[in-house]
Amino acid sequence: MSDTVALIDYGAGNLKSVHNALNAAGAGHVRVTADSALVAAADRIVLPGVGAFAACMNALAAIPGMVEALNAAAVDKGRPFLGICVGMQLLADRGEEYGVTPGLGWIGGTVRAIVPDDPAVKVPHMGWNDVTPSAAHPLIVPGEAYFLHSYAFWGDGMIATTRHGGPLTAAIGRDNIVGVQFHPEKSQGYGLDFLTRFLEWRP
Amino acid sequence: MTVRTRVIPCLDVAGGRVVKGVNFVDLADAGDPVEQARAYDAAGADELCFLDITATHEARGTMVDVVRRTAEVCFMPLTVGGGVRTPDDARALLLAGADKVAVNSAAVARPELVADLADRFGAQCVVGSVDARAVAPCRWEIFTHGGRRATGIDAVAHALRLAELGAGELLITSMDRDGTRDGYDLALIRTIADAVTVPVVASGGVGTLDHLVAGVTQGHASAVLAASIFHFGQHSIAEAHAALAAAGLPVRAHQAG
Repeated sequence: MSDTVALIDYGAGNLKSVHNALNAAGAGHVRVTADSALVAAADRIVLPGVGAFAACMNALAAIPGMVEALNAAAVDKGRPFLGICVGMQLLADRGEEYGVTPGLGWIGGTVRAIVPDDPAVKVPHMGWNDVTPSAAHPLIVPGEAYFLHSYAFWGDGMIATTRHGGPLTAAIGRDNIVGVQFHPEKSQGYGLDFLTRFLEWRP
Repeated sequence: MTVRTRVIPCLDVAGGRVVKGVNFVDLADAGDPVEQARAYDAAGADELCFLDITATHEARGTMVDVVRRTAEVCFMPLTVGGGVRTPDDARALLLAGADKVAVNSAAVARPELVADLADRFGAQCVVGSVDARAVAPCRWEIFTHGGRRATGIDAVAHALRLAELGAGELLITSMDRDGTRDGYDLALIRTIADAVTVPVVASGGVGTLDHLVAGVTQGHASAVLAASIFHFGQHSIAEAHAALAAAGLPVRAHQAG
């Protein structure tokens, strides 16, 4: 594959693991970048993220032109876009972690704390769990993936769920935009296969 | 199903080399943590834990290199502990590819370190590691320096404090049981697991597959950590998963290859 993949570096965590996994999944040219011009010109975009919604959104918004470049590339030009973990949650209208923070607003929804009724259900939701497709989507197949999160997305565009003290969103999508709550870069064969499908995706 | 019970092999690393080695037959370099990590990755381990037992500060930088090389070839969650004293120590490991960083002695001296790390990197990547010894029936104390030095701190209270300060997970090791193969200190594990909302990893003393099962069914742990039963080829990860599944616990499916 000769597509360029922009892996957005906004100081939010495990870039190295995502970069390694994209390479292992067959990516040709991954650019780890905080340059909005490179993001605007990339064929595909990956937005990772660990930590808190507000910190991640603020860090993304602090990069000059980045939110505009993401909107231009993913929303206007329809370039394949993948958000991972908090990078998925940022697609929502808003997050409620450390105060209410507006997200990118690409997929209608809110990111809220997981509050299980059963005290035996532990938070963070940490470990391997099911990815169960809830709508037909070319990137999502049933399997087991690694999750690590205390907040979850509730809203539109659900394409896969998992269960932890009740149903939780595992993946969301619309058109050329997909977001996964699980960590494909830490999900061994299932995760690498998912990334390969993303790299070959022609939405 | 629900979230799976995790089986976590732990490797002791000193100066960039595995100390208590894996006995896998076909490793090119059995002392290389990366080789051993690959073997566990292929064997279907749910996570991997590196514990840096390097004695000198100078040798600590090598752990970052081990993590970096591991993250290039293993696409599984990796926890690294041992000698993490500052947010910068944690940051270097996370940037190299660690997913979670365990803090132990430094958080005994200053529990607020956990809050610093959680604020900066997120609670999900901070593991509060607690080494405890029984001092009376159902009373445990924190010991440091490999279990040699008593602190007078109540282990359960300390574990709860670390969770309140923002640790996203607790790793509870019984120093009485560590290395004995007599099984986890189930009362210790259960007392803490029942009192916190975060996942607890049981550690210290596994000698049989039944011990792993008991860690969850009686200790109420979310994950079970072990070293020697895996390293010396006594049991495979698949056998551990099968034993947990036979007890009705949720585990990952094992794919061929």
